[in-house]
This record gives sequence, structure tokens and C-alpha cells, in this order.
Amino acid sequence: MAFIPLPDDMPGIRGLMHYRPETALPLNRLVEVLLQSSSTLSKGERELIATYVSNLNKCKFCASIHGAIAKHHLNDEEMVTQVKKNPDEASVSSKLKALLRIAAKVQKSGRDVTEEDIDNARKEGASDIEIHDAVLIAAAFCMFNRYVDGLGTYAPDDQSIYDQIGAYRAENGYLAPNNTIK
Amino acid sequence: MQQPSSLTKGERELIGSYVSSLNECKYCSNTHGAVAKHHLGDGEVVEQVKANKLQEANISLKMKALLNIAGKVQRSGRYVTEEDIAKARREEATDKEIHDTVLIAAAFCMFNRYVDGLGTTAPDDPDVYDQIGAYRAENGYQAPNNDIK
Repeated sequence: MAFIPLPDDMPGIRGLMHYRPETALPLNRLVEVLLQSSSTLSKGERELIATYVSNLNKCKFCASIHGAIAKHHLNDEEMVTQVKKNPDEASVSSKLKALLRIAAKVQKSGRDVTEEDIDNARKEGASDIEIHDAVLIAAAFCMFNRYVDGLGTYAPDDQSIYDQIGAYRAENGYLAPNNTIK
Repeated sequence: MQQPSSLTKGERELIGSYVSSLNECKYCSNTHGAVAKHHLGDGEVVEQVKANKLQEANISLKMKALLNIAGKVQRSGRYVTEEDIAKARREEATDKEIHDTVLIAAAFCMFNRYVDGLGTTAPDDPDVYDQIGAYRAENGYQAPNNDIK
């Protein structure tokens, strides 16, 4: 049971977005820009950052949803599992590994990011805007994860629910209305 | 922070500056502390909240209960308990106030990480924050930046 009255059929952030549409709109706009708009980081790479940070924050709903979206974009379930476990050993680019290391620092505190972390990302070819976006995606998921768990929302156990939402979001983005879950 | 709510603008800014202070984000805690001071006309209460002296601070019991929830959210959303929520309800916090407290606290966990994770500068001069704080309090967050003297 969530801490405030939310519809039973709307798990995770869905119920919260329904509860407070005034805040849902700017939150969805932010995530649309960060994860869906054109970028030199692929949509799959950006979703991996979101999944990784959500997993570090132990936010089951967000880690499962964004993991499913990443899987849909990348067409590679194993890569998502590897990143959640240990990005340094995952079959992703050295640049993404360096950006994921920055994201992990941001998850703990923005103050933990060092010049050396940034230099390492630059050495692997990360641009300023990629570094900026990696930090902001990591920071944004530190918000979303706290929002979802801080209000005690419910996260289903059934993986097929995340796959349905994930496929729909990957194809339609974050500004589309919710899909019906079967 | 600026639209109508049963929490005053000053109370909402106190949540923003409290969480920013717990995150040791100098720029955000000083700026939102200055915005709160401008709304509340009371610098002492802002300093008490920023120093995490909630019991001593001259704020309502409802605000104390909401700041307790915000402090939990700052560490992890998973730390908020039914008991924290029940305590806020006993002090007459509404569902929307509880919702907004959690979201404000969560949002500042984003802003603080954004500001510090990219190594931005934070001025030492309190006048700078007072100027920005007064301007933001009066003009909101969609207004262009003011000139700092």
C-alpha cells in the first residue's frame, strides 16, 4: 500500500503521475529530453545509465522498467544484466564504462565526482555534453527513485508487466499516455 | 515552489534548503536558504533548519514532521516508514503536502547532484545569495537571471 491513495492498477511512478498531473508534466518532459531526444549517446546507452543508477538505489520499479526499455532499444538482455551487476565487466564501450563510473559517483553524491573521473571519460572520447547528460540522467534518477520509493508505491513481481511497459515507452517515448497492461 | 499550495512558499523553500544542506550542496542550500529567508522574513529559522536543529526551530509541528520525512528521502526513499507518514498525518499534514514534501526532497537530491557533480562554483559572499534569493522569491523560477552586483 502506497502512503497516499493511488489507483491499484497503477504501479510505481504511474500512480504518482496520475495523482499530481501538474508535476507529472515537467517530470515527463525532462525525462523525454534526457532519454529520448537526439543525442550522441544512443537511447539504449542512456537507458542503461538510468537502469544502473536505479539499481544502485535499489528502486525495483525504476530499475525493472528502465532495464526493460534498455533491453528493447539494445535488443540485448544480457548487456542490461551485466551493467546492473558490474559495468566494468559488461560488453559496453569504454566510453560508456567511464560515464557509468561517473553516474555511480553521482548516485552517492555529486561531491564524489573527481577531475580524474571526468578526464577518464574524456580520454575515452566522451564530449562535454555527454558528460553533462550522464551526470543529469544519474541525478534525475536519484530523484525519480526517491519519489517512487519515498511514497511507498508498489512494484509488481511479474516481469511481463515491465516488458509491456518497456516496449511501449521505448517506441512511444515519455510524453505518450500510459498503455494498457494486459 | 511558486504555485498555490497549502504549504507556504517559505515552508517549501525550507524543505529545499534543508535537503540541500544535508547533501552539503553549498550553492543550493545558500540560494534556497536566501529565498526562504525572503519569504519568511526570518533568517534565524532558516539557519536552524540548515543546521539540522529542527527541534529548536520556530516552525510548526507539521513542518517538523514533514522535514523528518524529507531527511529520510535525502538518504533513500526506502527509509520513509508508515510511522513517519502517520506522524505527519497526526500533525494534520494532507496527502498532497506529504506528496509534495517527498517530491521536493527528491528533486533537490537531483539538483544538488547536478550542481556538484559537474563541479560548478559556489560564491562565498552571502550578499550574492541574498540578491539571487530576493529576486527569485519575488519573480519565481521562470524569470530570466537577475544581474548580481
